[in-house]
Amino acid sequence: MTELWRLGLGQAAQGLAKRQFTATDLVSASLERIRLSEPRLGACLAVLGQEALDRARDLDREGHDPSRPLWGLPVSVKDVFCLKGAPTTAGSRILEDYRPSFEATVVRRLRAAGAVIVAKTNCDEFAMGSSTEFSAFGPTRNPWDPGRVPGGSSGGAAASVAGFQVPAGLGTDTGGSIRQPAALCGCLGLKPTYGRVSRYGIVAYGSSFDQAGPLARRVDDLGLVLAAIAGPDGLDSTASGRPVGDYANVAEARPGELTLGLPDELWAADFDPLVLGVLERARRELAGAGVRFKAVPMPNLRFSVATYYILAAAEASTNLARYDGVRYGHRSGGDPGLLALYRDSRTEGLGQEVRRRIMLGTFVLSSGYYEAYFRKAAQVRRLIQEDYRKALEGCDFLLAPVSSIPAWPFGSFTDDPLTAYQLDMMTLPLNLVGAPGLSMPAGLGGGLPVGLQLMGRAFDEAGLLSAAKALERILPPLGDPPGL
Amino acid sequence: MTEMEPVIGLEIHAQLKTRTKLFCTCPIDPGAEPNTLICEICSGQPGALPRMNGKALELAAKAGLAMGCRVNERSLFSRKNYFYPDLPNGFQTSQIDPPICEGGSLDIQGPDGPRTIRLNRIHLEDDAGKCVHDPRRGRTLVDLNRAGTPLIEIVTEPDLGSSAEAMEFLRKLHALLVRLEVTEGRMEEGEFRCDVNISLRPRGETRLGVRGEIKNLNSFRYVGQAIEYEIKRQAGLYAAGRPVLQETLHFDPDRHETRTLRSKEEAHDYRYFPQPDLPPVMVAPGLLEELRASLPAPAEETAARLRGQGLRDEAIALLMDRKGAVEYFDRAAAIYDGPGRIGALMAELLLPACQRDGVPVQSSALGPGGLARLAELLDQGVLGRRAAQELFGELFETGADPGELARERGLLQISDRGALSELAAEVVASHPGEVGKYLGGQEKILGFLVGQVMRRSRGAADPKGAGEALVAAMAGLGRQGGDGDGN
Repeated sequence: MTELWRLGLGQAAQGLAKRQFTATDLVSASLERIRLSEPRLGACLAVLGQEALDRARDLDREGHDPSRPLWGLPVSVKDVFCLKGAPTTAGSRILEDYRPSFEATVVRRLRAAGAVIVAKTNCDEFAMGSSTEFSAFGPTRNPWDPGRVPGGSSGGAAASVAGFQVPAGLGTDTGGSIRQPAALCGCLGLKPTYGRVSRYGIVAYGSSFDQAGPLARRVDDLGLVLAAIAGPDGLDSTASGRPVGDYANVAEARPGELTLGLPDELWAADFDPLVLGVLERARRELAGAGVRFKAVPMPNLRFSVATYYILAAAEASTNLARYDGVRYGHRSGGDPGLLALYRDSRTEGLGQEVRRRIMLGTFVLSSGYYEAYFRKAAQVRRLIQEDYRKALEGCDFLLAPVSSIPAWPFGSFTDDPLTAYQLDMMTLPLNLVGAPGLSMPAGLGGGLPVGLQLMGRAFDEAGLLSAAKALERILPPLGDPPGL
Repeated sequence: MTEMEPVIGLEIHAQLKTRTKLFCTCPIDPGAEPNTLICEICSGQPGALPRMNGKALELAAKAGLAMGCRVNERSLFSRKNYFYPDLPNGFQTSQIDPPICEGGSLDIQGPDGPRTIRLNRIHLEDDAGKCVHDPRRGRTLVDLNRAGTPLIEIVTEPDLGSSAEAMEFLRKLHALLVRLEVTEGRMEEGEFRCDVNISLRPRGETRLGVRGEIKNLNSFRYVGQAIEYEIKRQAGLYAAGRPVLQETLHFDPDRHETRTLRSKEEAHDYRYFPQPDLPPVMVAPGLLEELRASLPAPAEETAARLRGQGLRDEAIALLMDRKGAVEYFDRAAAIYDGPGRIGALMAELLLPACQRDGVPVQSSALGPGGLARLAELLDQGVLGRRAAQELFGELFETGADPGELARERGLLQISDRGALSELAAEVVASHPGEVGKYLGGQEKILGFLVGQVMRRSRGAADPKGAGEALVAAMAGLGRQGGDGDGN
């Protein structure tokens, strides 16, 4: 019974089905792996050890259930998903002692499919950030280099998957928060179409962008998780009623039949040479396998960063108004009076980056600035959507880098938010459009993972997974992170 | 000094008569223990999302249709952002553009004649919770039971010219919305409350003056008093050559005056923007048709119809003022075609009894069938007015059949001509002296003779018929007597 923790989600599911090991074995292996690697990674904010073991034993007692595709499989969820009675902090001091009274729809669905949630993973506070450095509870380290960030905001999720703590984790992607940390940690991450997965019970950041999705080490495993969580939800009016695809069983696309659009604006970025080297090699390998490429202009992408930071900050500024110290969460014990209660609770409870975005969002919605900022950004968002639609007219999917630089050393941009925002350039367009996308490892540059992302048409997650399977076969596997 | 005229517009909040809240399934009950009717949605927990109550949408559209508004097929919710402890999300979910209804009007009978008051819009929004101040312990407690309760806000154009018109408009609007079952309209519970916008301008001027907004008035009387006070206050400022400031005001009903809540500079910047958690609110054309068909006839039409059926104005006013009364009337009139009598019975006996006992008309034990029967007995002269009044209390309590009860009590009148003639003949035969006096010209004695008929019938005879029968019987005698005299 060696190295159960190495198994991917699908492999582990097969082992369970063949009774090669039990759910308790698998969950124990995951918990042991977490125990050993946490001092180095810091991926988890809460490890649900006892609860997870109890649940695994219950499952084993009930016996294997083939109708539950995730039966007995350990997974982690980002700490923005509400778990009834379990800590749910969203990486924020203001929710340090918060225990939800209800469960996120995706969590319910994971459990209904038989999954065992073993940990809640670290993230930038309220999912605002690209490095997980803005978590109020300390950093998560990149499995490939503990001196570097794992990306973010789902940095804990990516580290927990790439560091083999769990075969799959659940993250959220508002401006790249699944795809970018997956790329920086060397695993895969899928952002579904906006509306494909219910947002009910996910601590909100940017409501018209937020979308939950899986991180895993194999394309097939992304599909397994997506199949379990996707679909309409009476509790989320923005969840789509469209039929769910058979994400768990997609055929591999033929490389020779794939035409991939290369958005000029994303490939013309100022890349780190090591990253560029990996990307160019990957393109050559794909071309060698028969994949055709086509340059596509998307002129309005140059406005993505400004557009996103106006709209997402605007939504965030009012989504976070509920953290006022009145009903739950941190309440300042300082000065008397209502204004002081608000001011002090929020100042003490919310971190610098979150306060920055609240102020930015408050500003762009203010009387006199709404027209100049919010309305204009909403209009540009539609232009970007139009660019995206046109770009896909002559190709099957778009292919783009995920980040122009590899995982960076801690502290590189914490005092330079504008540069940090600019780094999101590659991932933001997809959120502005609402389309699905997936990031996967393209290779190592200077010993650090470099990612590629594949972007598709709305609600074509099945097609996206199918193309990704073809790419997965062509691109070389990264191997294990050093010191695993 | 030029004469100044007041210009008044109203914003009315009416709580919709739904079982559950606007964005969650918590029940609505103003009498419940604090914070027992809350969930993650209406208490603003992280990650909770709203979902639209379809019934609230229907009621808002219905109110709009009844007042001739354009009901938008697609309307949008926005977030109205401000901080207050009773506002769990830090924003109210309301409609800005487009709202569910636009345009429309309501006709009123003002003191200076009929007026058409135009509506600007009707929109949907959720209510906040309540802050309960406990000055003794220096604390403020928050009760979120009311948070998320559905409201419509009805905004008029500045078409009202006096406190009397404003009050008449509100009374009419209140009666209409209650009749439509859009709201329960209990003003003491705050289910129907009003903000007043008021400004003055020289008579003849078309531009609006600077306005004051008086917030949250929850009685017609306060609205009238607040407007009167505010007109005087603003007129005083103009007269003194001092500027009227754009302000939000609070009316103190004890001191009969308005006080500044906040100036224009202190006004909130609500930072409205489209609520991303709710898709556009769609009203299907089919639903609109259904609602249109369910609307009761406009009040004017109903009044005209009742007048045409022979009801008197006081009865019409009473019937139309009481929920369910016109429907009750229509059912009774369909059973017995005596609308005038039915209307009078309702106005004089049924509605006062319902009022006294707090019984809704439609659930009175005496149903439309029973009342129709009572009207019929009266019209046939089988039951007298006094007897009907005597029986009514019991009929109202028990819903017994009026004919049977009257028979049991011996209150049925004998109006059968044959029976009366017989009784009259007996009385005439046994009272020759009185008959002689009558025939001798003492006509007053007839009353005594009618009394005798009543006695013999044990009160069941129809007095009018009895008199006629006596006169007929004695006329025969008179002729015989005359003949005798001639002999």
